[in-house]
Amino acid sequence: MDHNYQKDISGCGLTGLISKKKRRLSGAEIVKSLCLMNDRGNGLGAGYAAYGIYPDFKDFYAFHIMFDEPSVRWTVEEYLKANYHIEKIEEIPTFPVKAISISPLLVRYFVKPLKERLVGEVQEADFVVNSVMKVNSEIEGAYIFSSGKNMGAFKGVGNPCDIAEFFRIEDYEGYIWTAHTRFPTNTPGWWGGAHPFTLLDWSIVHNGEISSYGINKRYLEMYGYKLTLLTDTEVAAYMLDLLIRRHGLSIPTACLALAAPFWKKIDDRDKDEREALTALRQTYGSALLNGPFSILFGHSKGLVGINDRIKLRPLVAAIKDDITYMASEESAIRAICPNPDTVWAPRAGEPVIVDLD
Amino acid sequence: MFKNLAPPEYLATIDQVKCIRCKRCIQNCGWGVYSWGGDKVLINTSKCVKCLRCYHYCPEEAIQIVDNPTRFKQNAYWGYNNIRNIKRQAETGGIPLTGMGSDLPYTILFDNLLIDACQVTNPSIDPLREPMELRTYLGKKPSSVDVEKGKDGKLKLKTKMPPQIKIDLPVIFSPMSYGSISLNAQKVLAMAAKECGILMNTGEGGLHEDLLPYKDNIIVQVASGRFGVNPDYLNAGVAVEIKIGQGAKPGIGGHLPGEKIPLEVARARMIPVGTDALSPAPQHDIYSIEDLRQLIYAIKEATNYKPVSVKIAAVHNVAAIASGIVRAGADIVYLDGFRGGTGAAPSIIRDHLGIPIEYAIAAVDDRLRQEGIRNEASIVAAGGIRSSADAAKAIALGADSVAIATAALITMGCTTCGKCYTGNCSWGITTQRPELTARLDPEVYAERLINLIHAWEHELKEILGALGINAIESLRGNRERLRGVGLDAQTLDILGVKPAGR
Ligand code: SF4
Ligand code: SF4
Repeated sequence: MDHNYQKDISGCGLTGLISKKKRRLSGAEIVKSLCLMNDRGNGLGAGYAAYGIYPDFKDFYAFHIMFDEPSVRWTVEEYLKANYHIEKIEEIPTFPVKAISISPLLVRYFVKPLKERLVGEVQEADFVVNSVMKVNSEIEGAYIFSSGKNMGAFKGVGNPCDIAEFFRIEDYEGYIWTAHTRFPTNTPGWWGGAHPFTLLDWSIVHNGEISSYGINKRYLEMYGYKLTLLTDTEVAAYMLDLLIRRHGLSIPTACLALAAPFWKKIDDRDKDEREALTALRQTYGSALLNGPFSILFGHSKGLVGINDRIKLRPLVAAIKDDITYMASEESAIRAICPNPDTVWAPRAGEPVIVDLD
Repeated sequence: MFKNLAPPEYLATIDQVKCIRCKRCIQNCGWGVYSWGGDKVLINTSKCVKCLRCYHYCPEEAIQIVDNPTRFKQNAYWGYNNIRNIKRQAETGGIPLTGMGSDLPYTILFDNLLIDACQVTNPSIDPLREPMELRTYLGKKPSSVDVEKGKDGKLKLKTKMPPQIKIDLPVIFSPMSYGSISLNAQKVLAMAAKECGILMNTGEGGLHEDLLPYKDNIIVQVASGRFGVNPDYLNAGVAVEIKIGQGAKPGIGGHLPGEKIPLEVARARMIPVGTDALSPAPQHDIYSIEDLRQLIYAIKEATNYKPVSVKIAAVHNVAAIASGIVRAGADIVYLDGFRGGTGAAPSIIRDHLGIPIEYAIAAVDDRLRQEGIRNEASIVAAGGIRSSADAAKAIALGADSVAIATAALITMGCTTCGKCYTGNCSWGITTQRPELTARLDPEVYAERLINLIHAWEHELKEILGALGINAIESLRGNRERLRGVGLDAQTLDILGVKPAGR
């Protein structure tokens, strides 16, 4: 039994933006926004995720892998070669930063599952998820921290500006960006523990503590997810994967399961809605994320921001032209968009859902 | 003939100066301890069970019931009960009976588990200011649902949900049959269940017509004796429970002697007046899991698919058995721990068979998850739930709801004296003697039971608030919010709980 893990507890700041028109924006913007909230983190973790950054390899899964030991690399590559067509391997470009003295080996692989490995009913996405689970839980010292197509996560132990410089975030161009700075109180100081957390095209940044973590984790384990990280964010990511990709719920419906309306509100709806919402809560009680959180999750078709049911963590949204911004603080939005068309604070449990055109 | 060679357990004493000779004690004692001697009350202390009815009704506080200082010589190995039972058996050759749950000092895991609370990193929630949800639905859940947005923008459910029983908080009443308890006691349970939005359970004694107004809060039970079972009965409540076993007497049937079968009980049970009501140890049409499946589906057919609960005693192999029960089609698995109460059981069985409910919940919840079928049935845990804290711990270990019986009886006056099997309960609970049952006014005592449930409801909300969660489903199975104190590594492993300090 693995219940003896130490759960990671942290506070955070997050920010994200999306261009509905798929205009690819430089990472410089998001870096500026995040760095404004430096005091929401304590320099023990920061990260960025971007969509649309690998247009030349958009049909391949981009595996970003960190190796604590260079020697583990060969074990992983052997596994990948046996299961994937590898289009390209390269070390993720990094640049020396004073404050970051040690970093794991960071390599990216553009891959596609080998046809002959997809036996029977197995879907390509499931196959990739299984590979990620396998490598992360079974190969000590290797960790796949990004596995989507035409997207990628860049993260590590450090403060937002240093991590941005380390990865040269401003050199990437994407139409969806999310970013995160952490304030872990008992961090294991591990690069994989930083946000965003990703699986396939999902990327999550999260501020808060999911007090229902214990049951969320056990619920996911029942569906074969292996929770190797020590963060709540992992739970949120897998939950979205389960509800949306595997159970086929729409994004708004999945949000109704994750931050379910109170029974009182459900009881007041008319019959059809009441039935639907009641069934959702009955079925997905163990998926309810309870406790203070705000979450941004990006996916290949859009960006979603959501708060817990009684809004115990901040989330502000703004729109300017084709761009929607969401962040922990309004100032983080105004730092890069001084005159938005509208600014508002989303209500507790009510998601902000933005889809690409 | 020898007189009983065991000294009486208790000494009933009356302060003759204080006593005003009102004779209330004589009237109140169901066990015949007191009688009138012409000028004062006479005491036959060997009959005293320390139920304290007389003490409460003596207007002058003249009565004292003390533990008899004359005991067998103190012996750390040969306890009082060991010696007394041997002496009794030497006299009668019989099996000493007992009532209520086991009182032996086995480790109480609930008392070695502590609940978490929020500080700084996540805010606690004030249940007086914020909504705090305890509503629970018992029944099979699909693993996923299909919800569509209609043309009008409204959500519409596409999946057909299995039947669910709504309870306002995850505390229900355990089965206690009419016969083992009085009709008035059942009425107390029914009234409180209705008022609190929870459930009572008929037990195996059939359904008295006086309970029909409460049918939306009643589970009807089918046990090995099949008392009172007919299509109307099966359809009367919100669910049907098949009783395989009871925590206090796993593997043992029941025997309600003919003296306890007056007309009313006989009618509810559909047996002749004065005949012994025998519940065989097994259900004779269930010798295997396939047989159980057939009965489950026969009941579902007969009730147009109401939820079916299967009640088992927590025994060593409980996880595998529960998994089989779920696969056999049960909507609810009711686990009864070895501390669970009984109206009558051989004390050797009650005190030595089965396992505590805490282990059973953990093992069953784990197993159902490993097999990917946890959603297929709700778990109701019973057998020694003494407080809302026990309830919260049971739920955190993995139960959907707890069920209580002894706690409910205590609100009716019960002092857990353990002599229910005599049928003389002075509080009018576990007796059919009309002069005794008449004293249990259902309206008055329902009020007290309702108070208890509301008090636990408030306490559960306080616990959730301290945990920083506002819905009971976030506590259910959330073992991360429990810590063990003084438990060994293996026990912690079985419970899936970390030690305090980790
Ligand atoms: S109830 Fe009390 S006062 Fe009345 S007869 Fe009994 S001992 Fe005396
Ligand atoms: S119900 Fe009556 S006989 Fe049974 S323990 Fe309680 S007080 Fe004693």
